[in-house]
Amino acid sequence: MVAGAYVLEYHLVNYRRTWRSSALSTLVLPLLTMLGFGVGVGSYVSGGVEGAPYLDWIVPGLIASTAVQTAIGEATWPVLSYFEWLKVYFAQAAAPLRVADILGGHLAFMAFRVLTAAAAFLVVAAVFGTIHSWWAPLTLVVSVLTGLAVAAPSVAYSSSISSDSYLAILMRFAVLPMSLFSGVFFPVESLPVVLRWAAYVLPLWHGVDLSRDAMLGLAPGWIGLLHVVYLLIWCVAGWAVAHRCFRRRLVV
Amino acid sequence: MESLIHARGLVKRFEGFTAVDGIDVDVRRGEAFGFLGPNGAGKSSTMRMIGCVSPPTDGVLRILGLDPRRDGPKIRAKLGVCPQLDNLDIELSVRENLTTYARFFGIPRRVARQRADELLEFVQLTERADSKVEPLSGGMKRRLTIARALVNEPEIVLLDEPTTGLDPQARHLVWERLFRLKQQGVTLVLTTHYMDEAEQLCDRLVVMDGGRIVAEGSPRALIEQYSTREVVELRFAAESQEAYAEKLAGLGERLEVLPDRILLYVADGDKAAAEVQRRSLAPASVLVRRSSLEDVFLHLTGRTLVD
Repeated sequence: MVAGAYVLEYHLVNYRRTWRSSALSTLVLPLLTMLGFGVGVGSYVSGGVEGAPYLDWIVPGLIASTAVQTAIGEATWPVLSYFEWLKVYFAQAAAPLRVADILGGHLAFMAFRVLTAAAAFLVVAAVFGTIHSWWAPLTLVVSVLTGLAVAAPSVAYSSSISSDSYLAILMRFAVLPMSLFSGVFFPVESLPVVLRWAAYVLPLWHGVDLSRDAMLGLAPGWIGLLHVVYLLIWCVAGWAVAHRCFRRRLVV
Repeated sequence: MESLIHARGLVKRFEGFTAVDGIDVDVRRGEAFGFLGPNGAGKSSTMRMIGCVSPPTDGVLRILGLDPRRDGPKIRAKLGVCPQLDNLDIELSVRENLTTYARFFGIPRRVARQRADELLEFVQLTERADSKVEPLSGGMKRRLTIARALVNEPEIVLLDEPTTGLDPQARHLVWERLFRLKQQGVTLVLTTHYMDEAEQLCDRLVVMDGGRIVAEGSPRALIEQYSTREVVELRFAAESQEAYAEKLAGLGERLEVLPDRILLYVADGDKAAAEVQRRSLAPASVLVRRSSLEDVFLHLTGRTLVD
């Protein structure tokens, strides 16, 4: 546990170099998406969605989606390069760290990145006056959970490949459809049944639904509990597979 | 004498092939111990087992009296590792490379900073402390990797081909630093296929070939055992050196015919050279030199290319 914190500290020191440029994009990106989708597309959506104005309805989805995008960004190329090119993980494995420390420390850093990205989005959303509930900050917890549910299996994937062309496959066939069909921009009920099931199986929709409940102040009910459990399953299963992959590469 | 690294019948098998095929090794405190061998001899696999990042397939391995299968992190806390390929953080500063790595050992930040300054002094990188790693020369990077391996004040330092790919100046500087470490009582374990490196640094060494140890001893003892005191290198003007081989019969303990020259392994080089003249063989050039570890190495592991 303590050793995992040292690994997190390493990633934070590393991040200190680039945080300015990344902070800018974490603030500018939500601003642009809010303007583009919320205000732009929203002006064509009369009467709102599910009883909420379109902007208010879409913002929680965008926050969850941002969490996932950030998690994916941190769990793919950096992981691949720490194995293949920079060999950072191998240097760590020579120190008195266990595989779980190396993996856990990096995932903790990813959670931190997800948290800051979601928080930045929440601040922008507040400026646009889309926060109507005291439960809104809970979105941050939902974001971290959703982010980890995506990050853990993505780390497993990235640690089992040796070329970044496999990452392009992940982006095209998993991340992109998930972002489009997970109820971020329109309710999943408007999708054909097959695609609706894609949303149910992949993690993002569950995070979107939870995030929306928190931001709009709706009671999540028993289905909310299912969402949380389902996301936790992704986290735990992702961790287990990632741990195996890391072990296979670091301890041979 | 206390044995810091103790291996008996140590084996490392990967799917389909055996990298290390039952070796016995004892490394004593304060000595510089070398693993020599051609590529694929099993040196790096052995080093990785000693570094506790590769569990042995079979045999006994004790490091600092502990079992790597059980006490990996505890052992690694007392090792310094300088890998074959630098795995420095190219985007961190030189100093940060040391301080962040020190944290993995639980060293307090203040101590880490202080130690980083001392180590940068030791490897002569103080002036580059705040520069990024990326623009450093190969020799500087290697010195930084060595400094990083020392950040936890290790009892054993493992160096996998510490000077491969460096220019002569850089190599000599690294050797000099490693020699200083040895003087301070640090136990060094290194792999190399540079014979001059082994002769410079190692108190004792083993020659590995095909996963086994084929010879063991001090550089001097190995030369005495597996080669002669001197070597005479003869070049003949003719197309083929072969023709002269039989005319040189009986001149030394051993004779080796190469495409461009003939090597005579003899106790007294000058005497043998005189005998060559007496037989009026008239070589184009004659060179008498002392036998080196390289002669031993080539004798034991052959001249054929392995990779």
